[in-house]
Amino acid sequence: MKSPVHPYFSSSQKSAFPYLFGLFFLLALVDSWRRVGVDLVLLFERQGRDNVIKFVTGMFPPEHSAQFLSLMIVPTLETIQISVMGTLIAIAIGFPIGILATRNFSVGGILNEADTMGAPTRFALRLSIYYCARGALSFFRSIPEFVWAFMFVRAVGLGPFPGVLAIGVAYGGMLGKVYSEIFEAVNPRPLEALQTTGANKLQIFFYGWLPQVLPNFVSYTLYRWECAVRASAILGLVGAGGLGQQIEISMRMFNFNEILTILIILFLIVAGVDYLSAKVRAIL
Amino acid sequence: MEQYRLDKVVKIFGRRQIALGGFDLAVRKGEKVALIGPSGAGKTTLFRLLNLTLRPTSGGLWIDGGEVVNLHGTKLREARRRIGTVYQQHNLVPRLKVIHNVLCGRLGQWSTARSLWSLVRPADVEVAYQALKQVGIEEKIFSRTDELSGGQQQRVAIARVLLQNPEVILADEPVSSVDPSLASSIVKLLVEISETMGKTLLVNLHSVDLALEFFPRIIGMRNGTALFDLTPDKVTDDLLEDLYSGRLPDTDRDGITDEESSTPILQ
Amino acid sequence: MSGSPTEQKSIVMPWPGRERRGRPTLGNYLVAAGLLALFIWSYHGADIRLSELFSREGGGQILAYIKRLFPPDFSPAILQQAFRGTIETFAISFLGTLMAAVIGFSVVFFASRNLMYSGLLYEMEPGEWWKRALRLVPYVSAKSLLNILRTIPEMVWALIFVFIVGLGPFPGMLALGVHTGGVLGKLFGEVLEDVDHQPIESLQSTGANRMQILFYGIVPQVLPQFISYTLYRWEVNIRVAAVLGFVGAGGLGQRIHIAISLFLENQLLTYLIFIYVLVTIVDYLSAYLRRKAI
Repeated sequence: MKSPVHPYFSSSQKSAFPYLFGLFFLLALVDSWRRVGVDLVLLFERQGRDNVIKFVTGMFPPEHSAQFLSLMIVPTLETIQISVMGTLIAIAIGFPIGILATRNFSVGGILNEADTMGAPTRFALRLSIYYCARGALSFFRSIPEFVWAFMFVRAVGLGPFPGVLAIGVAYGGMLGKVYSEIFEAVNPRPLEALQTTGANKLQIFFYGWLPQVLPNFVSYTLYRWECAVRASAILGLVGAGGLGQQIEISMRMFNFNEILTILIILFLIVAGVDYLSAKVRAIL
Repeated sequence: MEQYRLDKVVKIFGRRQIALGGFDLAVRKGEKVALIGPSGAGKTTLFRLLNLTLRPTSGGLWIDGGEVVNLHGTKLREARRRIGTVYQQHNLVPRLKVIHNVLCGRLGQWSTARSLWSLVRPADVEVAYQALKQVGIEEKIFSRTDELSGGQQQRVAIARVLLQNPEVILADEPVSSVDPSLASSIVKLLVEISETMGKTLLVNLHSVDLALEFFPRIIGMRNGTALFDLTPDKVTDDLLEDLYSGRLPDTDRDGITDEESSTPILQ
Repeated sequence: MSGSPTEQKSIVMPWPGRERRGRPTLGNYLVAAGLLALFIWSYHGADIRLSELFSREGGGQILAYIKRLFPPDFSPAILQQAFRGTIETFAISFLGTLMAAVIGFSVVFFASRNLMYSGLLYEMEPGEWWKRALRLVPYVSAKSLLNILRTIPEMVWALIFVFIVGLGPFPGMLALGVHTGGVLGKLFGEVLEDVDHQPIESLQSTGANRMQILFYGIVPQVLPQFISYTLYRWEVNIRVAAVLGFVGAGGLGQRIHIAISLFLENQLLTYLIFIYVLVTIVDYLSAYLRRKAI
C-alpha cells in the first residue's frame, strides 16, 4: 500500500484510511506468518517431499474392488439423505425466523406504520421480536456446523441424525439471514396496495412478497443444498454419518487409493447435484 | 350521512416535513370528488390517511361516523376493507397471474388458509371474470400481470377494487402513467362504477380537464391545505393560476419523506 | 355476493385453454410427487427421530446437554487458551484467504476462455490452428486444477496436509488456501467473463500487446469485484478455520475437539462464545472493507 491514493478504496483526499489499513495489514501479515509457523521449506525438504510422493503414488490407481465399492453405497446414499433432510429442516427453521427478521415486515415500513404509531408498547414488542429473530439467526450461523454436529453427536448419539440436525440449525441460520435480505429488497408499493384491501400480514406476505422474490429465493435455497451435500460428506468425520466416516478410516489406515475413490464419488455426487439444481433453476 | 369527516388533521413526517396542516374535509356518501393541485401539495398523503395506511399526527378522522384514529389489528383491517384504493402505479404484483391480482380484492374477507389455497387453485374465478369483463379485459384473466400494458394493469387494479366491493373508492393519480388517449376512458369507468353502485369516489388528478369534465366537486390543494372547494363552473382560470403557480415546496415529492416510518411511494 | 358485478344466470366463459387455467398441470403434480418421494426416502435413511427429539427422552437429552454447558469456564488458564486459539484461528483464516487470493488471481487468467484462446484478443489471428490448440493445454489444465482444488473439501485437504507437513496451524492454512483458491478462481473467472469489451478494444487498437491490455484494461475493471469476493470468502473461511483444528490443524478447533471429547462442557461453552465473537467481528470487518472497496 505504498501509493497514498489507492483507486479501489473510496476516501477523501485527506483520509488516513489507506495508511491505517496498510499498517494493520502488514502487522497482521507478519504476526500471522510467525504464529502459523509458515514454513514453506517443510513442503520441499526431504520429509515433506517423501510424504507428498507417498501420498500421490498411493492414490493411484483408485480402489475399485467390488467389495469396497459396495461398502460405499450406503454412506453415499446416506450423504444425500442427510443433505436433503438437513436442508428441509434448515428451510423450516430459516423461513419463519427469516420473515420475522425482515425489518419492513416486523417493525418498520408501511405495513407497521398505522399499527404502531402512537402505541409504543406495540412498537417495542415488534422491535424485540425482530431483534430476537436476528439474534437467533446470527447465533445459529456463527457456530460452524462441524461444532454443532459434534455437540449433537454427544447429545443424541452417532449416526446420520446429528448430522441432519447440525445442518438444519447452521444452515437454517444462513438461509434465514439471506431470506431476510432478499425480502427487504422487495418493492414495497404493491405491498401497500395489498394492505388497502384489508389483508392481514401473512396474506400480504404470500401474495405480495413471495411472488416478487421467488426466483432468488429458490436459487439461493438450491445453492445451499449444494453446499449441504458437501458438508454432509464431511460431517462423518465426527461420527455424524455419510462418507466422512470412511474418509477418516481410510486416512488413518493410509489407504490413499480408497481416499481417491471416495473423492471421485464425492465429485460425482456434487456434479449430479449441480446438474439437478441447474435443471430446477431453468424451470423457473 | 357522512362518509368522511376530517377535523383539523395534521400530518408531519419526521420532525420537519409538514404534509398536511390543519385539514378539514367532509364528504357525503356517494359523492364524487376530484382533488387537483401541484406536486407536493399533500394529496397523496391525504389519500394515505383516508385509506388508513398512515395515521394523522393530530386531528380527528371519522369514517361513516366512526372514529378511526385509534384502530389497530382486526378492526383496522375491517375498516380498510371498506375502502378501495387504486394507485398511480405498482398496484399489482408483477409475477402473479392477473386472476390472483384481481382476487386480492377478496383477501380482506378470506381466511389466511383459504387465500393460500387460492394461490394453488383459484377460487371465485367466475366473479373475477365478470369483474374483468366489466373493465373490458376479460381475455387476459390467466396472463401474467407483467405482460400487460400500463393502461391494462390499471384496469386490473379497478377489477380488484370491484371484487373488494368497498363503500369508498380512492384513486391516486390513476391515469398519470397511462396513455393520455386511454386516460379519459378509465376515469369514465371509475365514475360509472361510482354512479351505478353508489360508491363514494375521491380521485386525485393531474389533469385539470379531466377533473372539470367528470366531477361535480373540485378541491384544489396546495401546501397541505385546501385552496378552494367548488363546483366545476366556479373554478376560474384565476383560481387555477393561483393554485399551480408560485414557489414549489422543498421536496419535489408529494409530501413523502425518507424517514424510517414511511416509505416514499412517489418519486 | 350482493353488490358484486351482476352475475348472469348462465355464464359462458371462453376458457383460453387447459394449460392456462391457472391450476396446476399434470406435470406439476408429477414433480411434486417426485419431490415428496425424495423427502420420504431421505427421512427414513437419515434415521431421523423427530418424535424422539420432541419426546421427554430425546428432547431431554439435548436439554440436559445444554444445561451441562453452563456456566462457561472463565478461569484464567482457559481464557488464555481461548484467546490464543482465537488469534491463531484468525491468523489461519487471514493467511489462508490471502494465499487463496494469490492462487486464484494467478490461475484464473489461464482458465479464462476470452483470455486464452477465443474472443476479442484473438480475433485477428489467422488460421494457424496448431497455435490455438497449444493454447488449449494451459487452459484445460488450469480449469481442471481449479476444479480439483474446489471439489476436495477443506477438511480433506487438511488431513492431506497434516500428513505431509505434520500437525499444527500450518497445514490448516495450506488447506484453506488451496481449497479457497479453487473457489476464488472460479468466482474470478465469472467476473472475467463479464468484462466490458470497449476498453479492451480501444487498447488493442493502440497497438498494445496482450500483457499491457491485461494490466491496463482488464485488471482495473475486475479488481474491485475480486477484492469483494475475497472478503466474502474470508467470512466463510473464518468458520472453517475454527474447525480445522478437529483434524489437528490448530486454532480454536483443536481446543474444542479436546473439550468435547473429554466432556468438559463448561470449557466448550467458553470456546463457543469466543467463536461467536470472532465470527461476528470478521463478518463486520469484511462488510466494512467491502463497502470501502467498491
